[in-house]
Amino acid sequence: MTLALVLEQLLNGVQFGLMLFLMSAGLTLVFGVMGLINLAHGSLYMIGAFLCAAVAAASGNFWLGLVAGIAAAAAAGALIEILVIRRLYARDHLDQVLATFALILILSEGVRMVFGPFPLYLNVPEALRGTVSLGIVEYSVYRLALIGFGLAVALGLWALIAKTRLGIRIRAGESDREMIAALGVNIRALYTIVFALGAGLAGLAGALVGAIQSVQVGMGEPVLILAFVVIVIGGIGSIRGAMVGALLVGVIDTMGRFLLPRFFATFMETSQAMGVGAALASMLIYLLMALVLIFRPKGLFPAHG
Amino acid sequence: MDSTRKEWLLNALIAGALFAVPLWACVVNEPFIITLATRIAILAIAAVGLNIALGLGGMVSFGHALYLGLGGYVAGIAAHHAFHGTEILGLPGTNQMLPIWALATVLSGLVAGVVGALSLRTSGIFFIMITLAFAQMGFFFTLSWPAYGGEDGLPIFVRNQFPGLNTARPWEMFLLAYAVLMLCLAAFAGLRAARFGAALMAIRQNPDRAAALGISPFGIKLVAFVLSGMITGLAGAMMADLTRFVSPAMMAWTVSGELIVIIILGGVGRLFGPVAGAAILVGFEVFFGGLTEHWKLWLGLVLLAVVLFARGGFIGLLAGRVRHGG
Amino acid sequence: MTPLRMTALAAMAAASLNAAQASDITVGMITTLSGGGAGLGVDVRDGFQLALDMAGEHAIKLVVEDDAQRPELAVQIAERMIQSERADILTGIIWSNLAMAVVPSTVAQDIFYLSPNAGPSALAGANCHPNYFNVAWQNDMLHEGAGAYANVLGYQNAFIMAPNYPAGTDALNGFKRYFEGNLAGELFTQVGQTDYAAEIAQIRASGADSIFIFLPGGMGISFMRQYEQSGLDMPIVSAAFTFSQDILPAVGSAALGVFNASQWSPDLDNAANVEFVAAFRAAYGRIPSLYASQGFDTANLILSAAAKADVNDRTAFREALRAADFTSVRGDFAWAPNQHPIQKVYIREVVEVDGEITNRVVGVAFEEHRAVHGENCNM
Repeated sequence: MTLALVLEQLLNGVQFGLMLFLMSAGLTLVFGVMGLINLAHGSLYMIGAFLCAAVAAASGNFWLGLVAGIAAAAAAGALIEILVIRRLYARDHLDQVLATFALILILSEGVRMVFGPFPLYLNVPEALRGTVSLGIVEYSVYRLALIGFGLAVALGLWALIAKTRLGIRIRAGESDREMIAALGVNIRALYTIVFALGAGLAGLAGALVGAIQSVQVGMGEPVLILAFVVIVIGGIGSIRGAMVGALLVGVIDTMGRFLLPRFFATFMETSQAMGVGAALASMLIYLLMALVLIFRPKGLFPAHG
Repeated sequence: MDSTRKEWLLNALIAGALFAVPLWACVVNEPFIITLATRIAILAIAAVGLNIALGLGGMVSFGHALYLGLGGYVAGIAAHHAFHGTEILGLPGTNQMLPIWALATVLSGLVAGVVGALSLRTSGIFFIMITLAFAQMGFFFTLSWPAYGGEDGLPIFVRNQFPGLNTARPWEMFLLAYAVLMLCLAAFAGLRAARFGAALMAIRQNPDRAAALGISPFGIKLVAFVLSGMITGLAGAMMADLTRFVSPAMMAWTVSGELIVIIILGGVGRLFGPVAGAAILVGFEVFFGGLTEHWKLWLGLVLLAVVLFARGGFIGLLAGRVRHGG
Repeated sequence: MTPLRMTALAAMAAASLNAAQASDITVGMITTLSGGGAGLGVDVRDGFQLALDMAGEHAIKLVVEDDAQRPELAVQIAERMIQSERADILTGIIWSNLAMAVVPSTVAQDIFYLSPNAGPSALAGANCHPNYFNVAWQNDMLHEGAGAYANVLGYQNAFIMAPNYPAGTDALNGFKRYFEGNLAGELFTQVGQTDYAAEIAQIRASGADSIFIFLPGGMGISFMRQYEQSGLDMPIVSAAFTFSQDILPAVGSAALGVFNASQWSPDLDNAANVEFVAAFRAAYGRIPSLYASQGFDTANLILSAAAKADVNDRTAFREALRAADFTSVRGDFAWAPNQHPIQKVYIREVVEVDGEITNRVVGVAFEEHRAVHGENCNM
């Protein structure tokens, strides 16, 4: 095991974590401001990837596709908020879980009716192909760009929430919902905007990741579960928590898959060690989440005091 | 109260229909309908289990597929060793349902005890997510552990036996499931009427006042969670025998979601809610699944409509709003 | 909304007009038509339907239903098809785990099961059954072909990788059974995994001269995408599943040059195949996949048996199936004693033809290959 390999795996973990952050940020924002559990967040990720692939294929331009993916996801988010989600804010978590579970069924089947059952083609843009040398590590340019994207979005999100009027309202909404309505803020519009913002971030993640993964129906659900793990670890409603949680999950999952089989191979026969190691690695982040919740029942960075 | 009488009437009708339809199918020799009714009964048992935690205790467990799968694997593993004449942990396998059921309930209860003790430290969405996390651990464990088939699952070649019955015959398997369902419903009704149920519902409605009255929320909720897991585990063992197959898919998070769907479709906290919900879900799957490959879209729309516009579920729709505080 | 039962109703209407027919054969097709794995099921169904359409007048009533890739749903549909639709033959299942759930109890009820895709080792060996016919392959077969051809290509040091589930274990074992070189590394990935950065880093560090993968469906698309961006350029050998026509358009140029073992290829030059590929393209507007060819062969096998025997005479019909008196699009077709095919395993290369990514035959791994598990079958 060389230092270069370990460094490359760390980079992989960070990159995976930052993509999870894009997914988790919207999820945690929606919960923080509106108190809503949105299981359909993964479907918005899927919509972003499908629209990006379709537009990129039609226009031959990945960046145009990316914009279309974000726009489509945000628009779908706004539409869903107005038609369905709006009626759920006052409901308990049970109704929210169920209604958004129903939305997953509807959106997945809907996307399949429009785009067909076969996966779509989406490739990395020309400018970001190939690898670049980072000292001792040879690393994929696109993955490096994903890290850059993730950091830029995190920074932008921080600026949006800390520096703008919209951000002030979002923060006010997180701490006291009645008060901002009393201040004359159009709370309905604010909620629609926040939901669309979260949806757009999910669409962005879907489009970016779609270029190096498979754009197919059902691609959102595994990521959705991971994003929930992230925000629960980080503390629901906290953007900072989502960042820390995403990096923790990304790095621990990647390093677990890398190191556990090797660890078992030191005292077991190879094939068997691979099986046991892979089995444990796949459970690792759920174990992490359970541990965090047992010792910090509201996550690492509880949002509400 | 009028709505209470209406609900009892409706319950009697549902119980009667669930018996009469397969009886008719038995007479006209349509074994598939009997099997379908058996599936409804077993799914209803699983949901009755969840209804204790969710309906009475207000604990939204998003991980009850774990107990369903545990029960299923107890049945599958016992039958596997009985079939091959091998031992597990020094014990022989068995093809008798009674010891399998006993083991499935005890094991599910133990696991639910551990999961509950750890999860009940949290509440709200954190509780939903930590129960999901434990179920996902079970899912990935069974998925990647090769000894009992991994993702391929474990077939049960010959259905396990029950004294005095030929479980291979659809009608006799149905009678068994129906009887167990009625027992579980009776247990649920008894629990709800007892002081324990009253305490549980008091905690759900106002934990602080309950604590002031000297009721320990943690202990009562934990006991309810364990009972809930035990019943769902029992259903898992029966489900594995019905399909003659157990696989990690039984522990998938979507299965936990479906159990919640069943309860909501039927009516949260209602005695016969799980039965009505299971019948609606299975009926939908069979009817629309044959009509269109896009049946999940329609299922989603129906679910959405129920959540948005018919909050009491099927029973609430027909028997009026709840009095038990659900 | 696609009325799945339309063809069934049409067949029934035809049958009622045509009362002279001896007896209709009801074929129940349980396959995956929704969710992430739907592409495979759609191809099997379309291939099967095409064969029926091309046959003109026939006695087959086809009932198709979606199993959503869920074992318990597949079991339920199988029971309904046997008990309510009175199906004589079941077919269609894509995944080994669903086949293991459905097949043993189906064949025990004296219903035929013809597998157009899954070939779990248990059903080829200890649990083989006179009513079970596998028209495609046993799971290991194509991976064995990849292993054998890796020797021909002169690979000395291969890195091998598959998902951590029984079909994945079968794949690695199948490859290792024939590969004579060293293993630079061996990895199990998670089922349904989408990110392979950690694995690619290990491949890079392993010093391998070649890679064998078994990553069907979306897993293969993701891996190839990321492999292309990793700067690695070791040759890849595989079995057809990871490079079949249903996913090649989504993988794109990343797959070019990959060698994969298959019993069929769209460019196989026999009359039946040329006709099949042209008819499929005309009917559905795409190149057929391996799965479509298997669905097509399955339907033709049933049609050939139906011409010889009455399905209600199970023994006679079984003999008719065993005769395999049909023209397979893969060329010669013969049964081994365990009722799995003995067949030629070709090596295909992924190429671009007229702007479409597809496969082309470049070699042969085995002339007459049969499933290794057959010796455990006592029938």
